Amino acid sequence: MDSTAGHVNAFEGALRYLNDPLNWTRNNGILDLMGDHLAISGLAMLFGLLVALPLGIWLGHTGRGGSFAVGISNTSRAVPTLAILTIMAITPLGFTIWAPVIALAVFAVPPILANTYVGFREVDRDVLEAARAMGMGEGQVILRAELPLAMRLITTGVRTAAVQVVATATLAALLAGGTLGRIIRSGFGTQDYGEVLAGALLVALLALLTEVVLAGVGWALTPGLKRIPFRGWFRRGGAPAETEEALAALPVGEVARPTV
Amino acid sequence: MGALSGSVLAVEGGASNPWINLEYLSDNWDRIVPYLGEHVRLTLISVLLGTVLALPLSVVAHRLRYAAGPILGASTLLYTIPSLAMFAFIAPITGLTPTTVIIGLVLYSLVILVRNFLAGLQSVPADVREAARGMGYGPVQLFFKVEVPLALPSFMTGLRVATVSTVALVTVGVIIGQGGLGQLIVVEGFRRNYFKAPIVFGTILCVLLALLLDQILAYVERRLTPWTQRRAT
Repeated sequence: MDSTAGHVNAFEGALRYLNDPLNWTRNNGILDLMGDHLAISGLAMLFGLLVALPLGIWLGHTGRGGSFAVGISNTSRAVPTLAILTIMAITPLGFTIWAPVIALAVFAVPPILANTYVGFREVDRDVLEAARAMGMGEGQVILRAELPLAMRLITTGVRTAAVQVVATATLAALLAGGTLGRIIRSGFGTQDYGEVLAGALLVALLALLTEVVLAGVGWALTPGLKRIPFRGWFRRGGAPAETEEALAALPVGEVARPTV
Repeated sequence: MGALSGSVLAVEGGASNPWINLEYLSDNWDRIVPYLGEHVRLTLISVLLGTVLALPLSVVAHRLRYAAGPILGASTLLYTIPSLAMFAFIAPITGLTPTTVIIGLVLYSLVILVRNFLAGLQSVPADVREAARGMGYGPVQLFFKVEVPLALPSFMTGLRVATVSTVALVTVGVIIGQGGLGQLIVVEGFRRNYFKAPIVFGTILCVLLALLLDQILAYVERRLTPWTQRRAT
């Protein structure tokens, strides 16, 4: 089984698995698992946003706690998501969907918080001065000057968080969660590489879809001149600007930004 | 649930199942060390291979303008694939072996490293290159004596991020029985009647390992780039 031929067989097996309508509609089938997967991810993102956005806006607006905002983003990387999922799974919340939801929300906060903070800090001070001179109050400065200008970074942070949440929700299946990862796990359990591959395809597709959809949302929400997402992949010669775009798509702290 | 997690596990912890159980640590040290060693081994091999592959890739992306878009695009695509799916894609070829985990982790670290190396190379100001050429530097000298040193901080940042992420990701290898400390957390802990001690100590060891490797690399970074200390704001 462990040769290239094995992979071809597995691929055929995956197609067969995905082609069987029963695998989609039965109890704990693909549709059930995907529903749970999306519900857990959506709730986690909701909680993550509720915590990270206001906090990031406040810290960014006042300029306080910057090292905190970026620091927890960097430190959170050292904590395995699987470990937090496991710890949540053995709390009294245990086998309810709130265990993975809370664990995932914890990991959604850092990228949103850091990107919101940096987005607000990177707004040109002159613009804010001009906004205040035009008679805007602090609330208006935040909503009408800082927020639109920070939008590109904020949506990037939200997208990063969402892709990570969807990916990590898969891991809940290693414990007790009924997410799409269960197909992969059950495939490994029965040595059925077709099922393993089918699960992997579904999970990867869901993550890619999240990325693409949120890139579109980010594009729609960003005012002013903007680049069409992913365009640079297919074009020759567009390197410098596109590279910058691709680098900006990383959460803060993942790339040492070029010092100008 | 609560009732279950409180249930008996006579073999290791007796009837009680406390979160912090130092006795577990001393009694099972011989079991824990191999997991830790495997975790370190998988991490180091993956990051090392990732670095070796990322260097030429980032140079190519830097030199050939048309290659940068596809290389970065492909790396974004790779990075979007969840780790569990990644191992599941690779396992039909390489089986339930450490190789499967290493291939997956190399690919992830590659993404982080290529981007940071590239960002570093691109951060070298054009006038600096110009000045070096004016002083008679050839392309090879320019690369090793000007571009590489100036790109080094970004380089090291990438290496640190990749290392820390890899330490965390190794745990997912538990899906094919090759998760290092992940085995301790999931197999010895969760699947053995929700035994808390291995879960807690596995987590702590993972975090400590990540922080330790990060500090070692930070030290190397300071030694390699003494000039950045003064510039730090």
